Amino acid sequence: MRAPVSWVSEHVDLPQGISPRELGDALVRVGLEVERVDSAADGMSGPIVVGRVSSFEDEPQKNGKSIRWCQVELGEDQPRGIVCGASNFTAGDLVVAALPGAVLPGGFAIGARRTYGHLSDGMICSVRELGIGDEHAGILVLPAGSATPGDDALDVLGLRDAVLDIAVTPDRGYCLSVRGLAREASAALRVAFHDTDVVLPAVDGGAYDVRVEDPAGCDRFSARVITGLDPSAPTPGWMARRLRQSGVRSISLAVDVTNYVMLETGQPLHAFDRAKLSGPIGVRRARPGEKLTTLDDAVRALDPDDLVVTDESGPIALAGVMGGAGTDIDAATTDIVLEAAHWQPASIARAVRRHKLPSEAAKRFERGVDPAIAGVALQRCVDLLVEHGGATAAAGYTVVGDGPPSPLITLHAARAGALAGMPIARDVAVKRLIEVGCTVDGGDVLQVSPPTWRPDLTDPADLIEEIVRLEGYDKIPSVLPTPPPGRGLTPMQTLRRGVSRALAAAGFIEVLTYPFVSPAVHDAFGLAPEDPRRIAARLANPLSDAEPELRTCLLPGLLATLQRNVGRGIRDLALFETGLVFLPRPDAPVPPRPGVAHRPSDGELAALDAALPDQPRHVAVVLCGDIERKGWWGPACAATWSDAIDAARVVAAAARVELTVRAGDTAPWHPGRCAGLLLGERTVGHAGELNPRVIAALGLPERTCAMELDLDAFSPPPPVLAPALSTYPPVLLDIALVVPAGVAAADVLAAVRAGAGELLESVRLFDVYDDDALRRAARKSLAFALRFRAPDRTLTVDEASRARDAAIARAGLATGAVLRA
Amino acid sequence: MPNPNFDPVEVSALQPETIEAAVSAALAAFTAASTLDELKSQRLSHAGDRSGLALANREIGALPPAARAAAGQRVGAARAQVDRALAARQAELEIERDARVLIEEAVDVTLPSDRRAAGARHPLTTIQERIADVFTAMGYEVAEGPEVEAEWYNFDALNIGVDHPARSLMDTFFLGSPDSGLVLRTHTSPVQVRTMLWREPPIYVICPGRVYRTDELDATHTPVFHQVEGLVIDEGITMAHLKGTLDHLAAAMFGPGIVTRLRPAYFPFTEPSAEPDLLCFVCRGDSVGNPARPCRTCDSEGWIEWGGCGMVNPRVLVACGIDPERYSGFAFGMGIDRTLMFRNGVEDMRDIVEGDVRFTAAFGVQG
Repeated sequence: MRAPVSWVSEHVDLPQGISPRELGDALVRVGLEVERVDSAADGMSGPIVVGRVSSFEDEPQKNGKSIRWCQVELGEDQPRGIVCGASNFTAGDLVVAALPGAVLPGGFAIGARRTYGHLSDGMICSVRELGIGDEHAGILVLPAGSATPGDDALDVLGLRDAVLDIAVTPDRGYCLSVRGLAREASAALRVAFHDTDVVLPAVDGGAYDVRVEDPAGCDRFSARVITGLDPSAPTPGWMARRLRQSGVRSISLAVDVTNYVMLETGQPLHAFDRAKLSGPIGVRRARPGEKLTTLDDAVRALDPDDLVVTDESGPIALAGVMGGAGTDIDAATTDIVLEAAHWQPASIARAVRRHKLPSEAAKRFERGVDPAIAGVALQRCVDLLVEHGGATAAAGYTVVGDGPPSPLITLHAARAGALAGMPIARDVAVKRLIEVGCTVDGGDVLQVSPPTWRPDLTDPADLIEEIVRLEGYDKIPSVLPTPPPGRGLTPMQTLRRGVSRALAAAGFIEVLTYPFVSPAVHDAFGLAPEDPRRIAARLANPLSDAEPELRTCLLPGLLATLQRNVGRGIRDLALFETGLVFLPRPDAPVPPRPGVAHRPSDGELAALDAALPDQPRHVAVVLCGDIERKGWWGPACAATWSDAIDAARVVAAAARVELTVRAGDTAPWHPGRCAGLLLGERTVGHAGELNPRVIAALGLPERTCAMELDLDAFSPPPPVLAPALSTYPPVLLDIALVVPAGVAAADVLAAVRAGAGELLESVRLFDVYDDDALRRAARKSLAFALRFRAPDRTLTVDEASRARDAAIARAGLATGAVLRA
Repeated sequence: MPNPNFDPVEVSALQPETIEAAVSAALAAFTAASTLDELKSQRLSHAGDRSGLALANREIGALPPAARAAAGQRVGAARAQVDRALAARQAELEIERDARVLIEEAVDVTLPSDRRAAGARHPLTTIQERIADVFTAMGYEVAEGPEVEAEWYNFDALNIGVDHPARSLMDTFFLGSPDSGLVLRTHTSPVQVRTMLWREPPIYVICPGRVYRTDELDATHTPVFHQVEGLVIDEGITMAHLKGTLDHLAAAMFGPGIVTRLRPAYFPFTEPSAEPDLLCFVCRGDSVGNPARPCRTCDSEGWIEWGGCGMVNPRVLVACGIDPERYSGFAFGMGIDRTLMFRNGVEDMRDIVEGDVRFTAAFGVQG
């Protein structure tokens, strides 16, 4: 809502000398979102004056355009010659000229310049060039007689007026009016408010025949009629100026008057051309199949939930949203039926959403319009059309419906102070409520009747807010509450922090990617048609049609981020992310819509949760380039499948569990370089090098590696049971075992460990070796370092050797291993 | 050859002059030895088994018994002197050698030690942890919930009915179709609802997490962002408690003396509602009306908008099964991404979301 301060001040006795900024600050204190208080003139300087085009010559140009070489009277001795590219004016029109030295909005400096063979001594301005609107099709032509050449155009246009720009929240529909803003200013500054004051005729039903079939959708419909309007009567300059200041385009007197009165009172009005109406006006829901061509010339298929205004021809307006083209006033309209209705907010909101048709009228109806203001608004319209359009007020005033009932709210006066945390006496509370416009009865228990323009006041809490905000939030003291003792983070939350810190300590950099993915990425990943990761939740309204799905794994976003970094010249990358993935349940029910009058049943809550996708938290890493840099210490070390697996071990170590690593074969990994990662016998993720086809399809760096784990599969570790440390000396023995080439090292290691028995303190594979002879025999040699130690004595070499031999024997049984000669 | 007959015998090796000469020669040789190896060979010559003094010692038996004691003393003293000198020189030379080796082993410690690049955590993560720590220290717990959420949780239970204008103001991603009843949560408030549904008051929780709105990514907007909300439900909770809690958070995050102020505002789920402003932690308001000292952080406003808050609307309590006659509560919420922008001077939202490692690496592991 934009409103010039000068207009607001007609309805409130602003303190002498208050600056626009001070007014804005006062409104902020009572809860209005004042986005700006400024005047259009703030961005302009220098000579910007009214001119009269005394004559011009059309001069066609070689480029097909035509310019006008104008002589413009500016109240100076001589007219100036100005080149103008527009043609929407005639000789004698008043225009706005920016003369050399002027600066227009956006820092646009005007000088005399040679163009099209003339010296153009300034510029004739369009609305857009003046920064007061978007029109740029032609120049701004001022109403005849509204100014004199040489006048300061910024004064004439009211551009020096400060304009309030306010973002109105859904509860403050009444602030979408000058009247409402003035009322807030009055409360904020504790100064007098003056409502629009008119004398209303008696309701006699005689203006027009109106039949409301849907009183729930329209609880009051008021109408007046004017006749004999001069359709060519211009909009008075002051009204056009205020509309412009409020961001509304001037169209014709009749339209401008309805817009002006809407801005003033908050009551949207609609003007029907009476000559185009056939039969009585009706109000009902649309019927299936009905269509309406709205004012914007769009043909709209109506929904049976749409409220419509009808005549005998069918729907003539989408109620409260937009009128129909068929009954619209035009350049020949002389007789007008004026509508001022009170529509059910929810119906209007639904219609706006359905037809994607936000309008100034709907914005007000959605938020609630003062049901008592319709008569005043109609009278204002009638008066303005009579005064400025030569119209006659027809007899009769039709009102159908009583409007909404006014609620009575019970409020314990002490509640306001109790909730605010500061003392607010009963009388103070009552005073504040009266300032808001409420009628208040009662003693300690108040019976409060809110004013008609505050349909948002329905609950005691609403009244408390009014009392406290007018008392001033700045008076509320600052007190810390005393929570009961807490338990800190949950073990799982602590674990997740540990994982994140461990990965960062291991050299990975955290990124947080969007979960929006393209189904095509699953093809690029080479996922099988039946791969469950292809079953993704789809957004009804994605930001990009190319990425309509929610991720089922973290890798798409991580790999895209890796690529972006590579594109920025960073070649060695180790990234990680933790976040939710979204796995729709095949048989998920439609979520119920429990009421809100009480807690839903446990069954309803269970049904709500059952409708949601599974949303486990995953952790993933991607790597490319070198993991160790080249340096004075030696050559670089490229990131490999093994580093990806190690990242999984870092995660597992944070949870103090050991992952079992087995050869895996899962897209998008390289079938020969993919590890399945298991907790017990359950696969919880994969790691390794990506399949070269995937790398090619996605354009990733060669040998890009990745790991992804279901982080929720890990449990917070129980407390560590400390190991018993033996201080006796160890016996260190190395063995080299020759095994078939296809045997997994992990299997050999497990057999060695099992065979060596309790004296084995640790075993580590330290070398993998093959040579021609071994390769020919399809064998490889694995070397292990074994450390034996007894808890209670110094171990003899003999004992250790026996344990080693047992380990070799077990490995031989399990994997065919033999001691390397 | 023993001298049992006590015959006076002249033994030249035991002459005092001879012994003194041997001692002098040894001391000179040790001093002259410049390396441990040289010293070793001089030791053999002057203190070894075949040295003059060792030989002289052996001759003592040739003296008559009466003379033996004196000669023995003389030789013993001489040998002790030589051994002392040897040990002293040995120690000197070892110190010299050690010093030399340490110098030879010196390296250029300014060589880079960046074999592996350092990792880093995203500042959005660490800032959320910081806020969580502030609140868990007070006794709050951290509540979490799903990101794909039922509309009932995201809207209905929060007093945002189907036709409420606020519903269309929050630009919502819908799953499947617009009437599926499932959305990407537009705020973390559904976690508050879940908490109230399943916990008995007193409730003191914060809810950090990811939220979604259909804003295109640009310098100041992102469709995926992060919030931290707080919720307290207890007997006798007031707006003063809300103010105190926000002030505490402000001071913990931005330093002592940084406070908040409340402006009236509107949210369907709180009544009364307010928007908290944070006292500018850079200029502390000094830039207001002071064109000579403009402040970029607060745009010379002195205050920075910092989310929304209010007293939990009794309608929300009722929908969650909490008796509004007995309990009251407050809730607040702020955008973490925006907080990161003004706290750490991030100029462009895209830097936060694009995952450029240069951005995150700058924050290290603790933000």
